[in-house]
Amino acid sequence: MVRQPGLLSLLQDRGRYGRHDLGLTTGGPLDIVAFYWANRILDNDPNATCLEVGFGGLAVESEIESSFVVTGAEAPCKLNGDPVAQWQTRDISPGDLLEIGFASRGTRIYLAVRGGFDIPPSFGSASTVVREKIGGLDGDKLQAGDRLPCKPAPRGRHCLLAEHDRPEYGDEAVLRVVPGYQQAAFGPLQQWRFFNSEYRLTERCDRMGFRLEGESVHSDMVGMLSEGICHGAVQIPADGQPIVLMNDRQTIGGYPKIGSVIGIDTARLAQMSPGGKVRFEAVSIEKAHNIYCLERARFARTPLETC
Amino acid sequence: MRIEVAGQNAFIVYFAEQTSPEVSAQIQAAVKRISEQMRDCLVDLVPSYASLLVLYDLEQSDPFAIRQLLRNALTGLEAVETAEGTLVTLPVYYSPESGPDLESLAARGGLGVDEVIEIHQQFEYRVYAIGFAPGFAYLGEVDERIAAPRLATPRQKVPRGAVAIADRQTAVYPAVSPGGWNLIGLCPTRMFDPGKTPSMPVRVGDRVRFEAIGRDDFIARGGEL
Repeated sequence: MVRQPGLLSLLQDRGRYGRHDLGLTTGGPLDIVAFYWANRILDNDPNATCLEVGFGGLAVESEIESSFVVTGAEAPCKLNGDPVAQWQTRDISPGDLLEIGFASRGTRIYLAVRGGFDIPPSFGSASTVVREKIGGLDGDKLQAGDRLPCKPAPRGRHCLLAEHDRPEYGDEAVLRVVPGYQQAAFGPLQQWRFFNSEYRLTERCDRMGFRLEGESVHSDMVGMLSEGICHGAVQIPADGQPIVLMNDRQTIGGYPKIGSVIGIDTARLAQMSPGGKVRFEAVSIEKAHNIYCLERARFARTPLETC
Repeated sequence: MRIEVAGQNAFIVYFAEQTSPEVSAQIQAAVKRISEQMRDCLVDLVPSYASLLVLYDLEQSDPFAIRQLLRNALTGLEAVETAEGTLVTLPVYYSPESGPDLESLAARGGLGVDEVIEIHQQFEYRVYAIGFAPGFAYLGEVDERIAAPRLATPRQKVPRGAVAIADRQTAVYPAVSPGGWNLIGLCPTRMFDPGKTPSMPVRVGDRVRFEAIGRDDFIARGGEL
């Protein structure tokens, strides 16, 4: 039972794939890394539905016996008024009140319960996309009084992820970009500027896209046909200021793109706040694939400690 | 035809610089082939005017293999005949009441309102792409006489079913949303209904014709003013 819904709390599984034919976007957790950790710590299916708590401010009262974990952004968490640590399994009983305060480092907090929230999929996924009114509970963010369906779960092993294995959420990041799309329409000087300047996150950062500001970059494209946009695509409209397109992006668009930020780095970007500083680094698609495989291997290999 | 990198798990195939029914048919044929031949490693496909975005599963494949599979799938596509596509007729209640930009669009082209309505119905349109919002189908191409640029100030709220024109494209808004297209009428057919299978009356590659209906007919078919 939701006592306080928080600013932007959204039920999310890994995302909605294979339905771009209807114009449906992907949705899914902005920080896929913290999402996967939440499910792994509880020994859930990797695609189990979690709650993405944007910025914090959530209070929920349990009606069942279960276990939970809170990962992602650093935020003060309390169970019946007593502080509880993030990144580790905790048990919860009927009547218990879990409060997640406002994030002090990072912006997206993930709350998982054992077995995941039990949300019937729409178009193959439980992910909430508010703009499309699809997924979650009636396609909307959480409201006070909502009931989050989940099944009682037997108490399982209690795990924690060691502090040195947790992601760091600072306010500076290097985002690796696979150059592509209209890259050739950005001349050498423009590309040099893009890859050698610092950009700041503006206030206009949301689940559709993160607008950055800094050295302006221009392409020599004059009008282009709308085309499919992938996750992380860096769109540069006429004002020369890059926009990194995120999970709830429109599936097609007609602005020039210089390439796309890789998934592990959009996860990092999603945890940053306005004013945060980023730089871009070019990586080939082959290298990007290696980075992905290495990260997956590291994730699988990193042990959880029993607690 | 060229294959470009789009992202970490994405390639985009450019079929031509401009769109045409032939290019659209080629893209349809490519969608069909890729869906069959690359089923095991495909995440999603986004066909558009002259391109096709191919998203693949990083767990199941790698960029080398995908490039090769794509080249194979695209070989010989040029020879494909223009696919017919299903013809879908959409009813429209054209009027200044249901299409607040009808009169200004007519004045712009030096036409009467009746002529705009007539010209819009005269042609068969192809579904070039679906995107922007669930169920939003980009239809082309509108006759030059009734083509018009987007509004300088987009509307905060375009009603569901609004039939609209922007440049040489036309579309039916599937849901209430902001929008900058010129509104010329209302269509009572739901363009996106999540509860229905299929949830859209059209698919990319289909052909669409508009057919004028009266106010009473519009309301009888479930339209709202």
